[in-house]
Amino acid sequence: MNTQLKNIKFICNDSDVEINIHPGTTVLDFIRNTLRLTGTKEGCREGDCGACTILIGELINNRLIYSSANSCLLPMGHMNGKHLVTIEGLNLKKTLNPVQQAFVDEGGTQCGFCTPGFIISLTGYLLNANNYILSDAVNSLDGNICRCTGHIGIKRAVEKILQNFQYANNNETEKILLLIENNFLPEYFKNILNRLKEISLSLKEEFKATEKSKYIVSGGTDLFVQKWDDIINSDIVLINKSKEKLITEVDGKFFIMGEATVSDLINSEIIKSIFPDIKNYFNLFGSLPIRNRATVAGNIVNASPIGDITCFLLALNATVHLSNESLKRTVPLKDFFKGYKSLDKAPDELIESVSFEITSEKFLFNFEKVSRRTYLDIASVNSSVYLEILNGEIKEIHLSAGGVAPIPLYLKKTRNFLLNKKPEVDIIIDGAAILNEEISPISDARGSAEYKRLLLRQLFYAHFLKLFPEIINAEELL
Amino acid sequence: MKNYDSYQHVRGESLFLDDLTSPEGVLHAAIFSSPIAHGLIKTIDFHEALNSSGVIAILSAKDIPGENQIGGIIPDEVLLASEKVDYIGQPIALVIADSYLNAKKASNKIKINLEKLPPIFDPREAFRNNSLIIPSRTFEIGDVERAWKSCDLIIEGTADSGGQEHLYLETQAALAYPQEGNKIKIISSTQSPTAVQRTTARILAIKMNQVEVDVTRLGGGFGGKEDQATAWAVMAALGAYKMKAPVKLVLKRNDDMRMTGKRHPYSSDFKIGLTNDLKILAYEVTFYQNAGAAADLSPAILERTLFHTTNSYFIPNVKATGISCKTNLPPNTAFRGFGGPQAMFVIESAIFKAAEKLGVDPFEIQEKNLLNEGDEFPFGQRAENCNARKTWNELKRKINFEKTKVNIRNFNQENNLIKKGFALMPICFGISFTNTLMNQANALVHIYTDGSVGISTAAVEMGQGVNHKLRQVAAELFSIDLEKVSIESTNTTRSANTSPTAASSAADLNGKALENACRIILDRIITNIARELKVDDLKRLLIKKNILLLDNKPTEFTWEKLIQKTYTDRVSLSAQAYYATPGIYFNRNINKGKAFAYHVYGTAFIETALDCLRGIYKITDVKIVHDFGKSLNPVIDKGQAEGALIQGLGWMTIEEVIYDERGKLITDTLSTYKVPDLHFTPDKVEINFLEDSENPMGIFNSKAIGEPPLMYGIGGYFAIANAIKAFKQDTNIDCKAPMTPEKVLISLYSESIKQKPLKITKES
Ligand SMILES: Cc1cc2nc3c(=O)[nH]c(=O)nc-3n(C[C@H](O)[C@H](O)[C@H](O)COP(=O)(O)OP(=O)(O)OC[C@H]3O[C@@H](n4cnc5c(N)ncnc54)[C@H](O)[C@@H]3O)c2cc1C
Ligand code: FES
Ligand code: FES
Repeated sequence: MNTQLKNIKFICNDSDVEINIHPGTTVLDFIRNTLRLTGTKEGCREGDCGACTILIGELINNRLIYSSANSCLLPMGHMNGKHLVTIEGLNLKKTLNPVQQAFVDEGGTQCGFCTPGFIISLTGYLLNANNYILSDAVNSLDGNICRCTGHIGIKRAVEKILQNFQYANNNETEKILLLIENNFLPEYFKNILNRLKEISLSLKEEFKATEKSKYIVSGGTDLFVQKWDDIINSDIVLINKSKEKLITEVDGKFFIMGEATVSDLINSEIIKSIFPDIKNYFNLFGSLPIRNRATVAGNIVNASPIGDITCFLLALNATVHLSNESLKRTVPLKDFFKGYKSLDKAPDELIESVSFEITSEKFLFNFEKVSRRTYLDIASVNSSVYLEILNGEIKEIHLSAGGVAPIPLYLKKTRNFLLNKKPEVDIIIDGAAILNEEISPISDARGSAEYKRLLLRQLFYAHFLKLFPEIINAEELL
Repeated sequence: MKNYDSYQHVRGESLFLDDLTSPEGVLHAAIFSSPIAHGLIKTIDFHEALNSSGVIAILSAKDIPGENQIGGIIPDEVLLASEKVDYIGQPIALVIADSYLNAKKASNKIKINLEKLPPIFDPREAFRNNSLIIPSRTFEIGDVERAWKSCDLIIEGTADSGGQEHLYLETQAALAYPQEGNKIKIISSTQSPTAVQRTTARILAIKMNQVEVDVTRLGGGFGGKEDQATAWAVMAALGAYKMKAPVKLVLKRNDDMRMTGKRHPYSSDFKIGLTNDLKILAYEVTFYQNAGAAADLSPAILERTLFHTTNSYFIPNVKATGISCKTNLPPNTAFRGFGGPQAMFVIESAIFKAAEKLGVDPFEIQEKNLLNEGDEFPFGQRAENCNARKTWNELKRKINFEKTKVNIRNFNQENNLIKKGFALMPICFGISFTNTLMNQANALVHIYTDGSVGISTAAVEMGQGVNHKLRQVAAELFSIDLEKVSIESTNTTRSANTSPTAASSAADLNGKALENACRIILDRIITNIARELKVDDLKRLLIKKNILLLDNKPTEFTWEKLIQKTYTDRVSLSAQAYYATPGIYFNRNINKGKAFAYHVYGTAFIETALDCLRGIYKITDVKIVHDFGKSLNPVIDKGQAEGALIQGLGWMTIEEVIYDERGKLITDTLSTYKVPDLHFTPDKVEINFLEDSENPMGIFNSKAIGEPPLMYGIGGYFAIANAIKAFKQDTNIDCKAPMTPEKVLISLYSESIKQKPLKITKES
């Protein structure tokens, strides 16, 4: 039995906590079992219900930033120096806060099991957003499932809250004060910034990998779903976000650090400037609390055939930068996957970063994902395409697809076929036929093999219909 | 009016079972279950598991002191299998350890040797093999054989609907404590405290008065904790009884999903006959219900299917046969609607198919055949206070039906990749347990000397707001502040021999019993004070807003003073009272009777937008006119309607229970079994309360609300079907639910793939 205990210091709601604990203990278990704060619920232990949602406040460049997370997938090791907020930490003494009151008034709660998670997520939004927009506020609840209300009363509650409270400012400190003034937060939030600064001074050295390390945990959104019961008995290493720039560009060459999260991608000005639709693509990835934690490296190393980030990066013909104690090397992402969950990577190698190059000014890009439920679901099939057109012909194309093979697929044959051809209906139909030969989907909970074949064809068509609306006629194609 | 449950929920202060402070020395249990769908147990080896760290004991069938039997309707289900297993996930042993993880780990070390038997998963195959739960049943009216001859069109077909996972957010859970005198106390997350009590007594070979079951609240039930909370509670009790220590059993989500039954999948054959003017003359249907491996509540559910064969329509000649088929899946169980939705899906499918053939819109047939006052249901009851047409017409007016139709048609003409479709969905749902004897309830009311009131009934709070409604009833009858009234936990020592909180009837039955109890006490209080005030005519005395009025003028007696006075005069401030729904009966020999106290009616309009390139859809708009009676609490009732609607839509669209060829559930997590989320929810949902609906059979003229609105969801299936047909007129809609994105895409393109196979046509 492993006894890898770590000293961890943080603030939970209004209380300072210092404890020696296995860093892989989930925050959910710790708050429910040790602190006996039972407002946070366990509904699934796989990040899919949101009943366990909590807020994490952390110092980033001396600013106090809050984000939501699924406490069932969150290791205690990550709480060092942070502010953990549970539903109990939002309660005012005698009255309900306006979020709570709106849920009561509008029928946003029935059995109540999911409710604390919703209240937490929405409070997270109020803390985070620079100005309040109804659709964004509703989207911030995309990780919370309610089986009783059908979410209709919940949406009404959100609407009412925003009707009664508006604010536009990006200064966190002012925002917190205003939220306190309007009873959304208890008084103690005033002092958290300073208290965290104080704690950060005394923080111990972070965890380092040793030969004994069995698990390397980054966001934990894969590992804790699969292995939570083993992790707490094993030696683990936690990868912490470096404080350096996570996403950079030098002369058309882009670098994304392995520990960048999906939220980091969506919010990156650099990424937004080249992929204006990035938010639309990746809002289909998990839920907000998952996106806040799920990392790029984790997505690649997990090697799931439907990894969305991997699909995206494959169509950028990205390169993986690996390193261990002694060596640094690079591998093209399309050669990184050897077979089902088998990688060109030694156990002690870490993904430091991923890079890709964009040489053409006028490239075209598209990402498609279809799943049974549009949001918070794993793709049945996903696909990305990168295109450069010169004189009406396809000068360069990278095409990827997920869910249609044991690995995330780079569609080499289809690419070679399309190269130097015109994007026209006949060519695309022939391309779809080649595509169909290149894949080998299997039937599972996400669809039959037959469906996945058909769906990929449709998504392949969707790329061209979207990118060449003047040239390609839907009726001819279908 | 403060709803205490809601108040606590939003603060995270409501205590669900797993939130209770564990008693000292509590042990934790995990379940070892069958890895195969059908087979004989040859040997089990607990040796290694027993040596696993933290393990205290492993209990199996031979440790049961009483009868190893948990079947409620039919005694055909063991608590722990010892000889034969009938489905994957069937409990075999209970591992008890110092922590859940240790128990779980040890359960993985149990070695079992089984001899496989051939399993059956398909209900029709079970039927062919004569593998039935009960003999088939038939409800009949008129003479279908004669009627076919008068029909201008006869259509035959098949309609299938899938299972549905309850996905109550709180998983099954129980905590049992040994008590002195060989007694046991169980806190259970159950809708049926009495079933837990009765079954525990049977398993432990003790008397029912040695078992106390207590329920505070459930994190959702939806029928999934009506019969199927029992096994876990009894296992915890068995553990506590044997270990002489408290035992807690909380199922992890994937165990819960694997081990418990779901809504019954049905496969049905129908034959429908109409005249040229769209009158349905005859309808014949055979329902093959996939019951799973044991009876559970299947016979009762099958019966309700038969009761709802014709939904909101009057059909003069009907023959409906129900067959409960035994298969090697977890026993399927109650789920909101209780067999009703499955029946309604078939009649709606039959109408859809008939409309297709006749080249009319389904709503034309629907409208023509709606129930009128006095029409007879196939089981002999007549429609009373019938609001089928009223809700239909009111809805059409509300949505400006003619204009809506044109708008949708225009939209579809202008858009080639997005198509809209809509459907109208009327519902008619009978209220009462169809097993007449279950329509009884009792209530116990105490008024304490400080004037506060405590109420115990059989109603279990699981989100449907029954606690708050009961508080309203008592507060209104006593005319005191709601704050003075508190609902106690549901407990078998205070409420005995109770029916489950089910069939949408908890507020009706318990509310009426509560009304009776309150009136008894009120009567005593008034009689007593009348003597004091020397008033002969009791009608001159009235309590209003916490004050006793004499001839409508306030007296010195506040509620508190009045209670004190009653107490000092040695008059009882407690009462227990009883209610049994009057006037209902059902004769199972002839399948006729007045089975229901009343019916609930309503009509929904459902619109969808379909992305015909990707096969994905969104339910965009739902408008409903629903008959709530005189709603006791509009916020609660509207919430029930909304939640049920979305659950029904989920059942018809994205929720799909999939077992593999070995009978193993592959949708056993929330990542593979998808329920509606916030984005699924239509942007526009409008629930209108039908005006001027009175219902003397309901508490304060209200109507039951829990189940009926679920069936609006069936319209979602046909709305999507119509959108598909707007894209490709000749698509064959196979009437197999759910209508998943996969189903949609394949319907849209299966033909075109045949014509244009996905093969290389030209070499380049
Ligand atoms: C509810 C839910 C929804 C999800 N939805 C989606 C979705 O829509 N699309 C999708 O693609 N995925 C989805 N996922 C899967 C998961 O979130 C992603 O794969 C995520 O990117 C994993 O990143 P992580 O940092 O959390 O991985 P972790 O769990 O921390 O690690 C995963 C693996 O990567 C390894 N690893 C992590 N970082 C490194 C590194 N720098 N170098 C070497 N190895 C490393 C770990 O050792 C481990 O083997 C979902 C998961 C959940 C729980
Ligand atoms: S418990 Fe369901 S998301 Fe954490
Ligand atoms: S209120 Fe029951 S799950 Fe949301």
